[in-house]
Amino acid sequence: MVPHPYRVRRRRRETHDTFTLELQPASREGMDDERLPLGQEDAERDIPIASPQPPSTVPAFLPGQFNMLYLFGVGEVPISISGDPADSTTLAHTIRAVGTVTAALRALRPGDMVGVRGPFGSHWPLSDAEGNDVVLIAGGIGLAPLRPAVYRILAERAKYGRVVLLYGTRTPADILYRRELARWRSHFDFDVLITVDHALGNWRGNVGVVTTLIARAPFDPLNTVAMMCGPEVMMRFAARELVRRGVPVDRIFISMERNMKCAIGFCGHCQFGPTFVCKDGPVLPYRGVKDLLTIREL
Amino acid sequence: MMGASGIQVGDVVVIERAHLERLFDALRQRGYQIVGPTVRDEAIIYDLLRSAEDLPIGWTDEQEGGYYRLKRRNDAAVFGYAVGPHSWKRFVHPPALRLWRAERTDGRFRIIEETETLPPFAFIGVRSCELHALAIQDRVFLEGAYVDPVYKARRSGAFIVAVNCGQAGGTCFCASMNTGPRVTFGFDLALTELLDAERHDFVVDVGTERGAELLGDVPYRAASDAERAAVDDLVAHTAAHMGRTMETAEIKELLYRHYEHPRWDDVARRCLTCGNCTMVCPTCFCTTVEDVTDLRGQRAERWRRWDSCFTLDFTYLAGGRVRASAKARYRQWMTHKLATWIDQFGTSGCVGCGRCITWCPVAIDITEEVRAIRESESTGSAPSPGKEQ
Ligand SMILES: Cc1cc2nc3c(=O)[nH]c(=O)nc-3n(C[C@H](O)[C@H](O)[C@H](O)COP(=O)(O)OP(=O)(O)OC[C@H]3O[C@@H](n4cnc5c(N)ncnc54)[C@H](O)[C@@H]3O)c2cc1C
Ligand code: SF4
Ligand code: SF4
Ligand code: FES
Repeated sequence: MVPHPYRVRRRRRETHDTFTLELQPASREGMDDERLPLGQEDAERDIPIASPQPPSTVPAFLPGQFNMLYLFGVGEVPISISGDPADSTTLAHTIRAVGTVTAALRALRPGDMVGVRGPFGSHWPLSDAEGNDVVLIAGGIGLAPLRPAVYRILAERAKYGRVVLLYGTRTPADILYRRELARWRSHFDFDVLITVDHALGNWRGNVGVVTTLIARAPFDPLNTVAMMCGPEVMMRFAARELVRRGVPVDRIFISMERNMKCAIGFCGHCQFGPTFVCKDGPVLPYRGVKDLLTIREL
Repeated sequence: MMGASGIQVGDVVVIERAHLERLFDALRQRGYQIVGPTVRDEAIIYDLLRSAEDLPIGWTDEQEGGYYRLKRRNDAAVFGYAVGPHSWKRFVHPPALRLWRAERTDGRFRIIEETETLPPFAFIGVRSCELHALAIQDRVFLEGAYVDPVYKARRSGAFIVAVNCGQAGGTCFCASMNTGPRVTFGFDLALTELLDAERHDFVVDVGTERGAELLGDVPYRAASDAERAAVDDLVAHTAAHMGRTMETAEIKELLYRHYEHPRWDDVARRCLTCGNCTMVCPTCFCTTVEDVTDLRGQRAERWRRWDSCFTLDFTYLAGGRVRASAKARYRQWMTHKLATWIDQFGTSGCVGCGRCITWCPVAIDITEEVRAIRESESTGSAPSPGKEQ
C-alpha cells in the first residue's frame, strides 16, 4: 500500500498537453534510497541517471494495467502503463496534464522522484486473442494503455491474424506517438487508420469520429477480438458499430476510468454498478457492462 | 477441549450481575482495552470503559425515523437499549488514519510506513447485526486480493463479548435480514441479560477457548434448562417486535430492474445528501485519501478518512462528476447496500440495524424505499425495465 520511490529517467513531450515519463526504481530496496551518496542528484539533473547500483528491474506488468503515481505532498493518480512489457528496466507512463497532479507531473525533470504503486487491475486478453484478428480502437489518451498491447502483438506477430489500430484524436496536433505510428504503419502486416475530429493545418487524412473507420477496416468480424480505450461515448458507439459489422459481443473489451483513491478495492470510489473498476477492471468485457453503460450517472 | 476454567466451547453458564465487574477485571488483566456502550451527549455511543459501571445502566432509547431519545428505564438493565450512532467499525476501520509519512531531503524522499502497536480491544455488548456487519467488513478488508493491515491487526486481536438483544429498537429489522437478533457466530462470549424482580443475571454462551479461559477468573454456575429456555423466549420476543421489516426476496433483481424508477426522483427531493446514513452504517467502508505537507514542504503525510458516496466529489473525473445528482447518489447508496454488494461480496451490505433510518435528518427509510419500488411492480406504476435507447 506504500508507494515505491522511482526516478524520472526521461520526460518526453508528446503533444502540447501530453508527455511520457520514463521511470526507474530509485533503489534496489524499493522502499528507501538512503544509500545514494549525498549530493549525487544535483550533478545528475537533466541527464539520464547513472544509478550507483546495478539497475534494478521494474515489476512485471501485463498490457492494460495501471500504476498509482504519487507526487510528494501533491497527490496520487491512476495512470496506465504505456511502455513495452518486455522492457524490465523502465516504466513508461503517458500522461495528459488536466489538473493538479498531472500538471505537477509534467513539471518533473530527470532525476526527480515519484512514488509508484502497482501494477494494478486487469489486462487486455492478448492470449485469448491469439489466432484471431485484432482490432485496437483508441480515442485520445486512450492510446496509452493500448501501446503495450501493440508492443506485445508486434513481438509475437505470428500468433495473430490481421491487426488493425483505429485511432481518433481531436486535432492532428493531438496525435500521440507520431514516429511510432509511422513505424507501425510501415509494417506490411499492421494497419493503422487515423482520424481527427477537426482537420487543422495541412491534414489530409480522415476527418470524423473513430467509429467511421470501423466499416472499412480490414478484419474478419467473426474471428476478431476488439480492444478499446477512449471516452465512454466513443466506446459505446464503437462497440455498437463492431457488433453491426458482426463482431460477437463477447469478443469486445473496453478499458474504463473512474475516480480511484486506493486501486485495491478498499476505497469504494471506482464502483460502476457491481464492478470495482480498479480490481475487476480497468479492462472489462463489454458484454458485462453494455447495459450499465446506457444508464445515466451510474 | 476443557479450558483451565473447566468450561468448554459451547457451554452455557450464568454470571450474576454482581460479578460483571469481574469480567472486566479479567479482560483488563489480560491486556485488553475495553470498549463498549456508554452514555455521552444524550446518546449511547461506544468508547473506552473503565468499569462495568460506565455502561448505560438503567437507560434505554426510543428510535424512529429521524428520531433518537434516551429514556430512563424503570429497572437497572445494563444492555436494555438498541444500537446507537456508533458502530464497531470506528475501532477496526478508524475514521481517520495516517497511512504513512514521507520525508524529503535533497530532492529525494523516503517513505515511512505507519506501524501501530495498540493493545488489543475487547468489545463489550456487540449485537448480532453488528457481528454480521463485522463479518461483512472482513470480506472487504481481509478476504480479497489485498489485506488491510490496520483492519487485520485491530480486528483479529479483538475479544468479543456479544449480547443477545432483549428488545428491538424502533428502526430495527435484523429479523428480515437474517442477521439477528440471536447471536450465532463470531463471539468469544455471548451474554443474555435476564432481569426481573427476583434476579439479575447473564446467561453466557461460550464461543471460543479464549472465552472459556477468561471465565476461569469470573464466578459462574452452569445454566439450567429453564434459563436456556428463557434466553430462547427473550430472543423470540425481540424477533417478533422488530420496528421495521423489509421483504428481501430477489431484492437484487428487483433493484437491478429499476435503475430507472420515479421513486429515485422522489427520494432525491427529500434527501439532503448529508451522508449521515453512510457514516452511521456499520458496513459502509468507503474512504478518501488526503496528501498533506508541512509548510516547508519537507514532510508529507497520507491520511485515509471515511468518505461517503453522497459527497459530490466522490466520483470526480477531470471535467465532471459521474454522479452529480442527488438521485444518482441515493440510488448508488441503496443499490450498493442491497444489490451490487451481493455480486461483489456474496452477502447483502445491509444488516438491518436501522441506524440509517434513525439518523437521517429527514427520516428517509430504506425499508420504505424498497417497499415503494416493490409495490410499484404489483400496482403497475413502475416503468418497464429500461431498454437501450
Ligand atoms: C485506470 C486508469 C488509467 C488511467 N490512465 C491514464 C493515462 O494513461 N494517462 C492519463 O493522462 N490519464 C490516465 N487516467 C486519468 C488520470 O488518472 C486523471 O487524468 C488524473 O487522475 C487527473 O488528476 P489531476 O489531479 O491532474 O486532475 P484534477 O482535475 O485536479 O483531479 C483531482 C482528482 O480527481 C481524480 N480524477 C480526476 N480525473 C480523473 C480521471 N479521469 N480518472 C480518475 N481519477 C480522476 C484524481 O483523484 C485527481 O487527483 C487514468 C485513469 C484511470 C482510472
Ligand atoms: S443500510 Fe441502514 S439498516 Fe442497513 S446496515 Fe446500514 S445503517 Fe443499518
Ligand atoms: S438518506 Fe438521509 S442520512 Fe442519507 S444522505 Fe440522504 S438525508 Fe442524509
Ligand atoms: S479505487 Fe479504491 S476501490 Fe477501486
